[in-house]
Amino acid sequence: MSTEKKHNTEEVRLMKGNEAIAHAAIRCGCDGYFGYPITPQSEIMETLMDLEPWNTTGMVVLQAESETASINMVYGAAGCGKKAMTSSSSPGVSLMQEGISYMVGAELPCVIVNVMRGGPGLGTIQPSQADYFQTVKGGGHGDYKLITLAPASVQEMADFMVKSFDLAFKYRTPVMILADGIIGQMMEKVVLPPFTPRWTEEEIREQTPWATLGKTPDRKPNVINSLRLEAADMEKLNLVLQSRYREIEQKEVLFEEFECADADYIIVAFGITARICQKTVELARQKGIKAGLIRPITLYPFPTAQIKEYADKVKGMISVEMSAGQMIEDVRLAVNGKVPVEFYGRMGGIVPSPEEVLEALENKLIG
Amino acid sequence: MKEEIIIAGFGGQGVLSMGKILAYSGLMQGQEVSWLPSYGPEQRGGTANATVILSDERISSPVLNSFDTAIVLNQPSLERFECKVKPGGTLIFDGNGFHKFPTRTDINVYRIDATEYAYANNASKTMNMIILGGLLKVRPIVKVENVLKGLKKSLPERHHHLLDMNEKAIHIGMDLIRKIN
Amino acid sequence: MNIADIINPANLVMEKTKVMNDTPMHYCPGCSHGVVHKLIGEIIEEMDIQDKTIGIAPVGCAVFAYQYLDIDWQQAAHGRAPALATAVKRLLPDRYVFTYQGDGDLAAIGTAETIHAANRGENITIIFINNGIYGMTGGQMAPTTLQGMKSSTSPTGRDIPRNGFPLNITNLLAQLEGTCYVTRQSVHTVASVRKCKKAIQKGFENSMLNKGTSVIEIVSTCSSGWKMTPADSNDWMVENMFPAYPMGDLKNI
Repeated sequence: MSTEKKHNTEEVRLMKGNEAIAHAAIRCGCDGYFGYPITPQSEIMETLMDLEPWNTTGMVVLQAESETASINMVYGAAGCGKKAMTSSSSPGVSLMQEGISYMVGAELPCVIVNVMRGGPGLGTIQPSQADYFQTVKGGGHGDYKLITLAPASVQEMADFMVKSFDLAFKYRTPVMILADGIIGQMMEKVVLPPFTPRWTEEEIREQTPWATLGKTPDRKPNVINSLRLEAADMEKLNLVLQSRYREIEQKEVLFEEFECADADYIIVAFGITARICQKTVELARQKGIKAGLIRPITLYPFPTAQIKEYADKVKGMISVEMSAGQMIEDVRLAVNGKVPVEFYGRMGGIVPSPEEVLEALENKLIG
Repeated sequence: MKEEIIIAGFGGQGVLSMGKILAYSGLMQGQEVSWLPSYGPEQRGGTANATVILSDERISSPVLNSFDTAIVLNQPSLERFECKVKPGGTLIFDGNGFHKFPTRTDINVYRIDATEYAYANNASKTMNMIILGGLLKVRPIVKVENVLKGLKKSLPERHHHLLDMNEKAIHIGMDLIRKIN
Repeated sequence: MNIADIINPANLVMEKTKVMNDTPMHYCPGCSHGVVHKLIGEIIEEMDIQDKTIGIAPVGCAVFAYQYLDIDWQQAAHGRAPALATAVKRLLPDRYVFTYQGDGDLAAIGTAETIHAANRGENITIIFINNGIYGMTGGQMAPTTLQGMKSSTSPTGRDIPRNGFPLNITNLLAQLEGTCYVTRQSVHTVASVRKCKKAIQKGFENSMLNKGTSVIEIVSTCSSGWKMTPADSNDWMVENMFPAYPMGDLKNI
């Protein structure tokens, strides 16, 4: 079967967010997926296994023995200049933190999808956003940041797959797609990205001259490594990383606004919670409350400047999250005390309804 | 047009797939659609439900707390969702095994004994299509031809010979549904 | 006679492999690592596969293997080398991919990765240096430390009720369907070095034959960790390590 026939383009389809990730990965020229089953994201690997991309694009799909092995397989593949990815849900992503830190230290690009569920511990399989801190504040050891994209629709699951690989290779860094159980499990319309061939070995040599493809006589050995025993060398690498983060903060911020222009009150929410809060804004406006919504699309880099700008124009903000309050710290840093920033959240897999968010907005901000 | 629907029942009653067929039908007539399942242990024998939204405009929240239409196929689902139907909305229930019945008078309540019919006529595989037929009789939100198009799209080709059977089930459901108040 | 008369191509009897560079090694006197590195370098040169070989370095004393052999390397997190090698080989099937791991790396923290890579029959070569001790961190007990053997974390000797039994992971690996060649070698005599070289070469050749995983255990010394002279270490190894980890092929398909 020809690749084009199996993955024909431009068609509007109905699929789950998890399925969209799998389709988009194949289409954007991903070389390897390595993963371990965990609810609520197992459809990603199941879809890949069903589509058998090794017969079409040549993409490798492998079920590993653990999340630890998965992320280290991604390390091995990325070290060869390949587009490699893994996916998991919260407990599994905790297990990957070692590997993520090593990949940052070795300056390796990859994409990690976290379809979050409630924690701590084994937790629940119901949706959550409580891995915000883990994702944008570190997670593994050492000074590092992960570019983090938070999709709010099935379409964005597909689109961000493509974008994540672009960013990962542009900045030689792991990129996280931070979704949740709802976006993974729900079905919506989606137009899949066009088919892009995988890089040939010549293209890999050109794009990633650091890749370990075998030492040729014209160059020194390539070594993929995060070990720098000399403190001065280690600081040098850190300085490189930090200057890269400053560039990312300058160039890669993404966010969306909804009804903010005349807003008295702004809700800040990401992912599926932003969709719920969009409905809250609709309900609020029906009641004559001028509410607006800012949805950070990149959680790192955070839209600090954009939120700061609104701090001068509104009476208050409320951060709404499926957590005990994590992103609110970044919102408060951006607002810097200019207006009250309140919080409303549900935890442990409970999803807030648009109505209860409205009630929180009225009680906490309007009084 | 915007229709916010919850379909709830036991796992295995075809609740999730009925929702999917509805979503596919909406897709076929060019609408915005979302299908949100309850997932997890509930799929394995407990209660399951699917929230389906069909809309002419972009859908904001796929997570809802109140519905235009609720289809409930077991007692716990009735107890959970009867109160969530918007005033003037629609409640459809299959009375099989019920010992308490809907009490609200500010909504339209319909009964469809699809389970009983399906057992009597050896048609358990199309039970959810019978119920879908009932829904479309009282809330014609999608055209039957689009349901069939959606089915064709979502079913693997090896199952396409079942399309006729499903179409018949829709019409049976349309005859079976009865208004209670 | 001056020095130029002596250093003269006509007088050349032995040359270091070109795959091995001139970086001074950090290994202790008497350590087996240097010899095994040399063997790998020689094999790569003789097979003419320098541009087709990717090594995966471990955490442990051999973490710096990448400084001494001029091939492309990836340095893995502790124990994860077989996971890296799996992906590298699957994505570059025409390359020679080997891991180089110590006993702590392969048989403690990386047991799962080792067993599962071997069980999948990844077409890789695993070179396993077993000296019964954690060398790099200062002589702590390893999974392969012998009963009664002293280490900094078993100062009165490995006590079975407290520490469990020495893990003979190579025997375990030999039982897996995925392995095609499992052998135990040493490098403490000229003859054993020659035999070991043949074994490693066979492992490299196997990786292109789609036969499964090759495991070459090299029972080794750690003079510093064992607190013995190099010569005593060799004697001690023959006397104590060899009965627990006997030499020879365990599997050869």
